[in-house]
Amino acid sequence: MNSKSLKLIYNNSILGPIILFAVLFCIPLVSSSNYLFSILTMIGFYALVCIGLTTLTGYAGQISLGHAAFYGIGAYSSAVLTSTYGLNPWIAIIIGALISAVVALIVGIPTFKLKGYYLALATLGFGIIVYTLFKEFSSITGGSNGFFGIPPISLFGYEFITDKSYFYLIWVFVFFAILFTRNIIHSRIGRGLRSIEGSEIAADAVGVNLMNYKLQIFVLSAIFASVSGSLLAHYVSFINPDLFVANTSIFFLIMVIMGGKGNIWGSIVGAAMYVLLDEILKHYVPLLLPNVGGQFEIVFFGILLVLTLIYMPDGLVPRFEKLMSKFKKKTPTNGALQSTISVNATGGDNK
Amino acid sequence: MSNKRPILSVENLTKVFGGVVAVDNVSFTVEEGEIFAVIGPNGAGKSTLFNMITGVLPSSSGNIYFQEKRLNRKKPYQIAQMGITRTFQNLEVFDNMTVIENVMTGAHITMKTNILTAGLRLPSVRNEEVKTMERAMEALEAVGISDLAYEIADRLPYGSQRLLEIARAAISNPKLILLDEPMAGLNSEESRQLVEVILKMREQGMTFLFVEHDMETVMSISDSIVVIDNGVKIGEGTPEEIYQNPQVVAAYLGDEEEEGVEAYA
Amino acid sequence: MELLSQMMQLLFSGLTLGAIYALIAVGFVVIYNVTGILNFAQGEFAMLGALTCISLVNNNVPLWLAIILSIVIVAAIGGIFERTALHTARKSSVTTLIIITIGVSIVLRGAAILIWGTQVQTLPPFTDNTPITILDAVLLPQNIWAVGISIVILILMMYFFNYTFVGKSLTACVVNPFAARLMGINPEKMSLFAVIVSAGVGALAGTVIAPISGATYDMGMMLGIKAFVAAVIGGLTNAPAAIAGAFLIGILEAFTEGLWSSGLKDVVTFTFLLLILFVKPEGLFAKASGKRV
Repeated sequence: MNSKSLKLIYNNSILGPIILFAVLFCIPLVSSSNYLFSILTMIGFYALVCIGLTTLTGYAGQISLGHAAFYGIGAYSSAVLTSTYGLNPWIAIIIGALISAVVALIVGIPTFKLKGYYLALATLGFGIIVYTLFKEFSSITGGSNGFFGIPPISLFGYEFITDKSYFYLIWVFVFFAILFTRNIIHSRIGRGLRSIEGSEIAADAVGVNLMNYKLQIFVLSAIFASVSGSLLAHYVSFINPDLFVANTSIFFLIMVIMGGKGNIWGSIVGAAMYVLLDEILKHYVPLLLPNVGGQFEIVFFGILLVLTLIYMPDGLVPRFEKLMSKFKKKTPTNGALQSTISVNATGGDNK
Repeated sequence: MSNKRPILSVENLTKVFGGVVAVDNVSFTVEEGEIFAVIGPNGAGKSTLFNMITGVLPSSSGNIYFQEKRLNRKKPYQIAQMGITRTFQNLEVFDNMTVIENVMTGAHITMKTNILTAGLRLPSVRNEEVKTMERAMEALEAVGISDLAYEIADRLPYGSQRLLEIARAAISNPKLILLDEPMAGLNSEESRQLVEVILKMREQGMTFLFVEHDMETVMSISDSIVVIDNGVKIGEGTPEEIYQNPQVVAAYLGDEEEEGVEAYA
Repeated sequence: MELLSQMMQLLFSGLTLGAIYALIAVGFVVIYNVTGILNFAQGEFAMLGALTCISLVNNNVPLWLAIILSIVIVAAIGGIFERTALHTARKSSVTTLIIITIGVSIVLRGAAILIWGTQVQTLPPFTDNTPITILDAVLLPQNIWAVGISIVILILMMYFFNYTFVGKSLTACVVNPFAARLMGINPEKMSLFAVIVSAGVGALAGTVIAPISGATYDMGMMLGIKAFVAAVIGGLTNAPAAIAGAFLIGILEAFTEGLWSSGLKDVVTFTFLLLILFVKPEGLFAKASGKRV
């Protein structure tokens, strides 16, 4: 037996991600629309948060309705450290991530003793507390008026100012986040996490320290959200607390669930779906009913969301995979193992 | 059983649930390399005893020692890390994983990968994964279900899931495996297969402690037996000694009668 | 004396707030106990109730009739919601169910913008609103209405659950759904019924608070979350505990706002929530059954 046999359970090929990102990075060759790049950049920010959140929710089975808090901590750390204290943005991103990690650890220790609805409420409450603090500590954060003049980020003297350059920057982060997270999932750690969702009592009995794992992955997801928030701050140069309200946390979770919570790619699909749907509805729905003000297009968003979850509770990507596997006839790929059984590894969703 | 060394000692173990004594002052010692059974009629306190040893329930009083280390107040995952693993009466396979991943998860405590090295996929992680996978395959071969390695675990038939649990419990080279009513829900063919696996593992030096209701299996494979009834130990010894213990016979006959009555009720 | 009157004043507003939270929190508890689902759209029932009632009054429907009609309409919406969303998705995971009820609340909020726009609307007080002075504290009759209605409804519900056949059937579904089915009680019907009752009571809460703080399409979310907090702090599995939690939160908020800072009100409330969850997750006033945590 050799390392090839591992491929029977884990597809660790780097080819898929590289092709996807190569295609993505070729977009600038065919289009130079700033609008398009701003959309893709936004998808990138959300995807980065969702990759972390999907490991927490999809693999470890723990819900969080408070991730906007870490997104915000990252953003405000970057804003304050660079504008007020003149630090290099990269250092600010790292400090922001550290602050988020410490906060996640402190909050996580008591929080992950809770389950289900109680966990949801605790994380929601945490998010609302952090949001209120952003708003109330106006001497540091600028309060409701927001924080202006966050400097752009630069690398080797190149400033990321245009939408196109930022599109590259954020998606490089997403690329490495995908690889890093997928490596974790396809390892001892990933099995430890998934065992929590599979059967907590059995996970405990094989020596998986549940609390430790939930915490580690919560901290990791907080770091991802924080880095995404930091990058957002340097991109938009102006932030206010309303970017980090409870609704933002809820929408992160919606992206994860819509994409498919047991799948890292689902987080990108979910983020893309959300941003695109939002843009489409914002543009076209008011044309249907031109006399109505306000964001009533959320009606359609809500209806789509509910329908998706009722009819595809596993999300889009697993549904898509199921469809694909119906077309592809699986054949045994490795003679070294006497298995002639289907190789479809990670799609187990039957409870 | 030439050089008998105690591996697990239960001393005066007691569990009280709101005034009801479920396990009353039970003591016994499991020796290395033996198959040790705790039997008793339904509701005798077997499960409570089992749950105290595995750390699922705290004991009210008394002590549990594993190789001279006290187990009381230890959490289940700590007990696993000390070298005691278990199976479940009501099957607890990881239904979101393939069979082989289930077994690899069983090897959790023998591995060193942490979140950082895993994320960076260092060469050491890769090696460890390959080795673990090979060991998992061997463990599956040992219980005879290696042909199901890439199936999703909960698609397996009941008997195979139980064998899977044994493979998962055995892969970390524990010093003691606890089996919670391993024969429950198995047909005779599956039981026979399971007994074979257990006996083979014992030959290789594994120690087993199991609680069981099925008298026939217990008598045929156990080296030592403890009988409890109403939470109290009423007998102890080899299968032959247990057969001849009048108290045990009375308890079991009583139980059978009761079961007969229940069946008509 | 001034301090005393200030305390009285804060107590009045705390009780009013608590009364509103209690009505919504009871809805949470009823639905949760019958279906096992925590309905994050609960606050939207209050919003719908308030805005429907305002529309009716603006169309010259007498106030008392408008209140009754809006309760009936919202209860019907609740029924539709139960049949279309909750019932179809009842076997999903907790996370999915949470998102589904959130999705429904988004739909209701969007529909409210369509119908009523984003402006704050007001409802006239139920009766002449000449302030009453008690110990130098000013009390508006609408506040008395809020507390009074809330208490009457809560007593009625207690009576209903403990002394009527349907109420006892509901309770039976909670205690043992299987046995309830054997007794000829249909848990599915009970689930529908629970949501309808909760929606109706939520709508009433909305009409009661509308004269005090106005009504907008987005009032439901915070009301819902606060009521949810109240229910959890008190004890999710029984209604009296949730009601006690609601008044506790109402008073806590009023005093924080009055004595410290209105901006940090939410920080205090949610910090209190987290402390309770960490120390006594089954709730402050729940009987020690310890399950469901």
